[in-house]
Parts: sequence; C-alpha cells; structure tokens
Amino acid sequence: MHQATYREALREALREELKRDKSVFLLGEDIAEYAGPYKVTQGLVDEFGHERVRNTPLAECAIAGAALGAALVGMRPVAELMYIDFSLIALDQILNQIAKFRYMTGGGVKVPVVIRTQGGASRSAGLHHSQSLEALYTHIPGLLVVMPSTPYDAKGLLKASIRDDNPVMFIEHKWLYNQSGELPEEEYLIPLGKAEVKRQGSDITAISYSKSLVLTLKAAEMLEQEGISLEVVDLRTLKPIDKNTILDSVKKTGRVMIIHEACLTGGFGAEIAAIVAEEAFDYLDAPIKRVAALDSPIPFNPKLEDYVLPNENSIIKGAFDLMGKKILV
Amino acid sequence: MLDIETDTLKKIYVTMVRIRAFEERAISEYRKGILPGFIHSSIGQEAIPAATCAFLREDDYILTTHRGHGDIIAKGARFDKMFAELFAKETGYCKGRGGSMHIVATDLNILGATAIVGAGIPIASGVALGCKMQNLDRVTVCFLGDGATCTGAFHEGLGMAANFDLPVVFMCENNQYAMSTPQKDYTKLVHLSDRAKAYGFPGINVDGNDPEAVAIVAKNAIDRARTGGGPTFIDAISYRYYGHHMGDPGLSYRTKEEVDEWMINDPIKLFEGRLLDEKTITESEIKQIQDDIASELDQAIKYAIESPEPRVEDALDNIYFIPKQIYGSQ
Repeated sequence: MHQATYREALREALREELKRDKSVFLLGEDIAEYAGPYKVTQGLVDEFGHERVRNTPLAECAIAGAALGAALVGMRPVAELMYIDFSLIALDQILNQIAKFRYMTGGGVKVPVVIRTQGGASRSAGLHHSQSLEALYTHIPGLLVVMPSTPYDAKGLLKASIRDDNPVMFIEHKWLYNQSGELPEEEYLIPLGKAEVKRQGSDITAISYSKSLVLTLKAAEMLEQEGISLEVVDLRTLKPIDKNTILDSVKKTGRVMIIHEACLTGGFGAEIAAIVAEEAFDYLDAPIKRVAALDSPIPFNPKLEDYVLPNENSIIKGAFDLMGKKILV
Repeated sequence: MLDIETDTLKKIYVTMVRIRAFEERAISEYRKGILPGFIHSSIGQEAIPAATCAFLREDDYILTTHRGHGDIIAKGARFDKMFAELFAKETGYCKGRGGSMHIVATDLNILGATAIVGAGIPIASGVALGCKMQNLDRVTVCFLGDGATCTGAFHEGLGMAANFDLPVVFMCENNQYAMSTPQKDYTKLVHLSDRAKAYGFPGINVDGNDPEAVAIVAKNAIDRARTGGGPTFIDAISYRYYGHHMGDPGLSYRTKEEVDEWMINDPIKLFEGRLLDEKTITESEIKQIQDDIASELDQAIKYAIESPEPRVEDALDNIYFIPKQIYGSQ
C-alpha cells in the first residue's frame, strides 16, 4: 500500500492505461507541460510525448467531437474538459453525437470515449468554475456518469472507464484533489455501476457521492455521538445507478437522506428519491429527506458561498429532522 | 492543370445519375405518404459528391449531413439498405433507428450523418486525427452545407484540423441557402473559401455544378491530405432544386425564375451533353445505365417494403455496449 492524493490516484490510472494500451491517448487544453489547472496530468507528457498527451486549441466542442471521431476509428481517447462549466460549450457533441452515435447506427459502432472533467465549489472559484451539473448528463441515454469520492475509487473507476466501450462522463471534484488515501501496489479495477456502503449503520440510509460523501461521513461520526446511526452509501456511479445497494440499505434502515452539492431542484437526489418511493415505499418510516445546495448560482463572496452549499451541519440537521429530534444548540 | 481520365469522368457521370434517380424515387415514395420523417433532397447538387468520392479509396472516410443521400451513394452505399433505412426497417443501414438524416455504413467507412448543422466537422477532424495517430494513410472528407460555416463547430473543427495538420478535406456543398437564408444575409464574405485563410490552409472556390472542375480540386485536396499536406477547404457552389425538405416548396425565399434558371443549366444534362459530344459515352450506354438504375431501385423498394420493422422489444438495444440488465435502470 502507499499513500496517494485523489490527484495522484487519477494520474496513476492514466499512466497505467497509457502504458497498457497504445490506443489510449489524452487530449485537452493545457494538459501537457502545464498539466491542467489541478495538475492531474503532471509529468505524463514527459513519459508519453505530445502525441498521446495532446494539447488542443481552446475549443471544447472540437475536443469532444475529435474524441468521438478518433474513437470511431479505433482510438480510446480520454478528453479533459477543464471545468464542467466549460463542458456546456461541448454539449452538442456530448449529448447529440457521442451519447447517441451507437444507438443511431443500430449498434454498428462502439464509442469508447472518456470525458474527464471536474466540478463543484471551492474557495470562491465563482459562478463559472463551481457548478455541479451531473444531473444534466444522467438525463441522457447513452452516457455513463461516474463521480468518485476517494483516491482508491478515483483510480479504479477511471481505469474501468477507460476500458469501457461506452462514453463515460467522469466527473471529479476540485476540493477532493488534495484528499489522501491508501492505494494498493497491485493493479485493480472498480466495476462501473456498483455503489459501495462506506459506513454501516442502522437508523438512516445516507446516499451521496463525490465531495458530499466525504462531508456525510464526517457528519456520520458526529451523529454517532448523538446516538444516530447513519449507513452511508457512496453511489460512485450515478448512471447506471446501483438500485440494489440503495434499496437493500433502505429496507434495513427505513429512513433515507440524500446529500449532494448540486442545487435541489431537478438534482440527482430527485431521481434517487423517486426510485426509493417507487420501489421501497412500504419500508419507509419517514418522508425522504434531500440535503442539497440552495437553488442559486454559486456566489463569489465566501460567506455567501458557504451559505448556499450543504455542509456537515445541514446533514446533521437533516438527520435530526428525519429522526424527529430537535437539535439542542 | 491535370486532366481527369475518361473512365473517371464516366464513373462520375454514372454516380450523378444514380444520385438523381435515388432522390427522385425517394421523393415519389415520400409523396405517397409511406415514408416516416423528413426527406432533404440533394437534387441539383450531384456533381460535388460524385466528383469528390471518385478519388477516394474504399478505406477513406466520409462524414455527411442531413442532406446526405448523394454523398453516401457516391461512397458506395447500396440502394436497398438505404431505402430500408428510409422505410425505418430492421434491414436498413441503421436498423431503422437512424433514418434519412443519420445513415452510417461502417463497412463503407461512412461515419454518419448528423442532423445538427456543423456537428460533423469536429468529428471529422477526430477521425482524421485517429487515422494519423495510427499511421493510416486514409483521408477523411467532411461534407458540409454552406450554413454550417456560421457555426462554432465549423471554426473549432477547422482550427483543430489546421493545428494538427490533419488529413481531412472540408467539402462545402454550397447550395447558397442556409435553409431559407441566402448567403448575403448570413455573411459579409463573397467567397466562403476565404474562411480557410483564418486557419492558414488553402480555401478553394469552385463551380460545384461542373464535375470536372470539382474533380480537379477534390483530387488535389485528397492527394495533399494523403501525403501529409494537411487540410483543405473547398467551397463548391451549387443549387438545390427543391426546398429545404419536401414540406418546403422553396419559393418563399427564392424566385421561380431563379430556380428555373438553375434547372435549365442542369449539371447532369450539361455533363451528359459534353460526354456525348466527346464520344466518351453513347446514347445507348446512357439508356442502359438508366435502365439498370431503375431496375436496381425497383428491387431496392421491394426489398425495403418487404423487410421487417424492428421489434418494439428491441427498442432499448444498443443504447449501451453491454446488456441492458447491467447498465440502465429499465
């Protein structure tokens, strides 16, 4: 085992896959010497050269479109879109072309494209560098959506995404890049579409992913002191969603809290809530609770930014509400 | 100036006639009310794909548009599988999932047809990039309409092709109208080929209704791409006889006189006259070509009509490349 940050774990995944398969290549803005704004691709250009760690023009639509084109002729591109906010410029290519190409051909082609991007708010990045837009991508048939919360998951899921023959939106969180964890020395993959129970508990099923999962685990520790036991489910892959792991946990606890950094309305929590209501309604002892950002753009001012985002306290409050307890502070 | 060989000219002529006949038959079937969806006819524009694809190898790639029947016929698409697709049948090129605007034939390296104007351009750059990275000396031809030159995808796609010296030819089938908007109303440029200057590769203007002229510039551009010279943009001026699609008479933004004048100077008739004058082809050969195509079309329509529709149970197949019980919540 060795210690690695989320950033280093992603880099290990990219390096191993670039080494393993010469059809794998990276393309994106400023990914070579500059190594991207969060330095995930640091050093890879020295090892693999500019052909395979390929700086592109500042043109997100062309990056996504070129990834599709290259995939259609046998390559396995990993395209980096610097911020998920910028992925909107490539939306036609991602939603209309990449997601639909296989279906459109009656199964005549495979589209092994990974789009690595990162979202979420951190330290006043502002309105165009902070959004959580995953729900947009989960809505589109043909795309897979992966959002790891730990270095271990980040590495195993990225390697699996690169080997998958479907287009994958691989959404990282900028706040997670410095988080550290243990990685095994030997190679491993984490299957897409499998959630993981990150903490066993008995009172509430807390379903989350990405940075919010880390906050949920912290809140769970504090809640333990208050006598409330959270079972924490990390979705890891939003699409396809692992219904079984969610429903098994809900049947055990009878209470559901969904936590995400994306704003509430139309967020992915609504989808999870609907699945639980449709498939495990009889097991519920309380209404489903969603903890999410306020329906607001992400403000620049640090106090306002904190105000609109969910945090440990809002998760704790949600748990107390669900248990019918009042917070005595 | 290089000469185009007689055999090649004849081949181009046959392709033009094939495209025209297919489009006419598609229109007549559509008017019977038995084809679902829309038909965007390319009648009038046949010289461009016919003359371009005459210089492509089987392993070269093309990408096309919503008005793409002619382009894919020129690359070798079969009438029966095309009509089966237009009839939304399981035996069509896309198993009835794509339709007229989305035909992909991977066996012919026809990589689609997108109905989002301009979207194929960056994809074409990616196809060319993939070929280049694998040291394949294949050329990609990206057909596009003149309206597409206004999109962001056009500029991003051409910029990337330039930046990486990609083996791609951007062939603009300029029918002079972006749907109903004439060129003078969407750009200050007189020649769309000037747009290529911004990317530092050649932009060439050509009479898209003169097959030999198109052949010469297309051959040069394809050779240039294949030998590492990078991309070329070709603005081939032509005209579509019908409206934007079959529901559009095409006369609210064009005068009857204008349409008539283009039809009098029909590219197939003019080319045919020339080939006859030069004794490259005979009247009886032309008759034979037309008869063969008509009978091929009859069989294709019969095949399409008799083919099964996709089963509704299979509607969710191929959304993902794995069994749907693993991926997808249905």
